[in-house]
Amino acid sequence: MIRLDAVSKVYNQGRHNEVWAVRDLRLELETRGITVLKGPSGSGKTSLLAMLGCLSRPSSGRIHLEGRLLSNLPERFMTQVRRSTFGFIFQRFNLIRGLTVLENVMLPAYPLAPDPGRLRDQALGLLRQFRLEERAHNKSEWLSGGEAQRTAICRALINDPAIIIADEPTANLDSQLSRELLTLIGELADQGKGILISSHDPLVFDHARVSRVVELRDGRLA
Amino acid sequence: MISFLRRQGYLLEYSLASLARRPGKHLGLVLVYATLVFLLASTLLFTQSLRQESALVLAESPELIVQRLLAGRHDLIPASYLEQLGTIRGVGERYGRLWGYFYDPAVRANYTLMVPRAAPPAAGEVQLGAGVARARGLSPGDYLSLRSARGEPFSFRIAALLPADTELVSSDLMLLNAQDFRRFFDFPADRFTDIVLRVRNPVEVRKVAEKISLALPDTRPILREEILRTYDAVFGWRQGLVFVLLTGAMLAFVIFAWDRASGLSGEERREIGILKAIGWETGDVLRMKFWEGAALSLTAFLLGYLLAYVHVFHFAAVLFAPVLKGWAVLYPDFRPVPFVDGLQVATLFFFSVFPYTVATIIPIWRAAITDPDQVMR
Repeated sequence: MIRLDAVSKVYNQGRHNEVWAVRDLRLELETRGITVLKGPSGSGKTSLLAMLGCLSRPSSGRIHLEGRLLSNLPERFMTQVRRSTFGFIFQRFNLIRGLTVLENVMLPAYPLAPDPGRLRDQALGLLRQFRLEERAHNKSEWLSGGEAQRTAICRALINDPAIIIADEPTANLDSQLSRELLTLIGELADQGKGILISSHDPLVFDHARVSRVVELRDGRLA
Repeated sequence: MISFLRRQGYLLEYSLASLARRPGKHLGLVLVYATLVFLLASTLLFTQSLRQESALVLAESPELIVQRLLAGRHDLIPASYLEQLGTIRGVGERYGRLWGYFYDPAVRANYTLMVPRAAPPAAGEVQLGAGVARARGLSPGDYLSLRSARGEPFSFRIAALLPADTELVSSDLMLLNAQDFRRFFDFPADRFTDIVLRVRNPVEVRKVAEKISLALPDTRPILREEILRTYDAVFGWRQGLVFVLLTGAMLAFVIFAWDRASGLSGEERREIGILKAIGWETGDVLRMKFWEGAALSLTAFLLGYLLAYVHVFHFAAVLFAPVLKGWAVLYPDFRPVPFVDGLQVATLFFFSVFPYTVATIIPIWRAAITDPDQVMR
């Protein structure tokens, strides 16, 4: 369970360009199943997702994960929680150019220093599962949109996180690829992973596998 | 421990891949960096080698030289002083030396004329240092004509050239016998240029020098260790001069490194953001950048030092020889003997790697502490 108590997020506070992305949000989210944060552009979905995934801190309020307070952890511990609990799929994939698909997938595990052979086997196993085995040694910039998205999923899974966070995962995919992605996400949910998605794509929030939709507008629950 | 090493291994692997991904930027930096190390290392290696060489050659020089002073200036010393010096306890062998300088207007260079104690050349013959022979284009068997102190022409046959391995100190030397020397300079028969003493017990050299100062107050004793120290200071001063000139280059390099590091491209900043978002700590990013800098600076250091070694010991330091050897006109053709001092390597490593690290760490740290949620926008 993730619990938010009066969480707000403000950017450039006190300056002329101050923006309240999230305002006084109180919410409880299951860590199982597929939850979609729905809302128009600027509604605060991405900011909320970043706070839930320990990528940023709330400006005020508290976030608890399974009863543990996350929002006041020092940066180092936040990173540890982020690394062990969350896997990220970004809107623009955010693969590192110049590295191979295999290297990109292994990257989140480097700070944990696992056995190199085992890490490689695990990464190749994921690439096989997502039909990317033949692309393992290709540079990431040579991949198609769908392949890059699947590589990003493999990377998100390499540390075996409990929760996958996906920010607008279908924004750069056509309908066919979007449906394929949602099928894959459904399979991950079947494996027991919790999925948190931000999206304003009806294909996503109307999907049969989605267990809960949280609608946001102007940083508040709609 | 294994985990720590493995982690560093992963970071190093990533760093090397990162360097290889931007070959243009990093190659340029390595080249500038290696050039700086090359300049500093060439200076250090060459002056160290000069010191070493002069110390080896001067090791055979006399322990004590006595010169006469007149009004604070070096004057010719009477031959009678030899007897007086013989009465001082501790003094062993002693003999007078004849040497002087001659300005040759033909090549605008000063020669050092000297009478060797052992095996002096025959009358009318000289042995020449390589610098004089080169300047005059002479070889054994040729004749060298000079104007004596009385204005008369003097012709010497070149009996031999002095050995090449002593060229650092014999380049401008011309050896001749005592009669020719005295006639050429119109040198008084009862005088010497100075007197050389051997002291029976080497630990008493300073004591003997004190006794000489008391017995012959118009003389000054010169110790071998003082000559060595003077040479050391002269070469040290020359080295310092070159270093001062290179300070500008070092400063320019620090600015260049700072500019390179602070001018992290959007792509690099984005990359740091991605790494943090997928679970790298700020420390991991800094360590990765440290390895990147270490690999780069080590490569540049090794490349620069290797080039300096080849430059100094295989090409006789052609770029710096005129400044560092500093002969007025007759530059010795000196081939430095390869010699590498561990402390010197460590010092150079510190002074080249440290400024680079300092110049790059702050801008990288600034980029590394940015919030990882930047990549979400």
